[in-house]
Amino acid sequence: MKFGILVNEGPFTHQASDSAYHFVSAAIEKGHQVMRVFFYYDGVNNANKLSAPQADDRDLVKLWGKLATQHNVDLVVCIAAALRRGIVEENLADGFRISGLGQLTEVGIAADRLVVFGD
Amino acid sequence: MIHTVNKSPFERNSLDSCLRLSIKGSPILLLEDGVLAATKGTSVSEKVAAAQSDHPIFVLGPDLQARGLAEGDIAEGITVVDYGGFVDLVVEHGTVQSWL
Amino acid sequence: MSDEIEFNTAGVTKKFMYVNRKAPYGTIYALEVLEAVLISAAFEQHACIVFVDDGVYQIKKGQDTDAVNMKNFSKTYGIIAMEKEDADEDDDIDMVWRIIVEQESMEARGLRADDFVIDVEVIPSDKLAVIMSEQEIVISG
Repeated sequence: MKFGILVNEGPFTHQASDSAYHFVSAAIEKGHQVMRVFFYYDGVNNANKLSAPQADDRDLVKLWGKLATQHNVDLVVCIAAALRRGIVEENLADGFRISGLGQLTEVGIAADRLVVFGD
Repeated sequence: MIHTVNKSPFERNSLDSCLRLSIKGSPILLLEDGVLAATKGTSVSEKVAAAQSDHPIFVLGPDLQARGLAEGDIAEGITVVDYGGFVDLVVEHGTVQSWL
Repeated sequence: MSDEIEFNTAGVTKKFMYVNRKAPYGTIYALEVLEAVLISAAFEQHACIVFVDDGVYQIKKGQDTDAVNMKNFSKTYGIIAMEKEDADEDDDIDMVWRIIVEQESMEARGLRADDFVIDVEVIPSDKLAVIMSEQEIVISG
């Protein structure tokens, strides 16, 4: 089955991005395809490569990037939400790309399921 | 359709809204702080028990464990699932409405 | 800019629902959901824009944000109303837009249908639950 995922929160205030990451990992493990994870609202902060968590904390920015490379998951950061929050090409983490909000509608149309993680 | 609730019933109205706006038979998955609704002997236990006659209720195990809750703390009839079980529920039940 | 990835969506129309449950200005959710709704018009998708709980305040008349110096986006709902009108009138476009307020949420807050900046359908929760269950994509913020 084809999944689309919407992540509405960043990695450090809410659990949403963690939950989404575990959901996506489990879906891939079960042989499903995750076509795209769309990062919206503060979710764009998941793509900030300047983020530096403490050594004993998980690094979701890197974990998402690794997942994208290993399993060909398209990680899209909403451009309007990103610009508001100072996420630009220069500080965009590996595995992410910046694009328009139309990419959310598009994956909603193309995927069998869209699952929203937010607060 | 499957509904997910990620808010504590003691703090927010997400579970109430979910119950008001879900048709009979549609499953509800409790995750993140939403798992607190699944515990026994609380001020919302009666509401959750009543909801169980209309909805199968599931709770995300990893979120229970993280909050120091064990299966023994969970009300009867609520099914504990892991992330894989969450994925299976979404595959089986179609559109997801997340009550945030 | 990295390579664009596009999925083929030609000729596919799905039922999208946007669920607004939060009051405006205290958080940004209302504004950004609105942006998502407007984009979906370009894809000619069905859209149900639903106001539940404190979300009903998003479309309350008389919002004046001058003193808090925030963008008053209640005016943008006029564009939503125009998109809906286009969808209703153009027979060539297979696109149905509905703007719905949950009756229980509205009444619990002492509001009435004429308190809103746009024309809405006021629908009780049991009927709205059925409409929700018929959707293919639900985006909540």
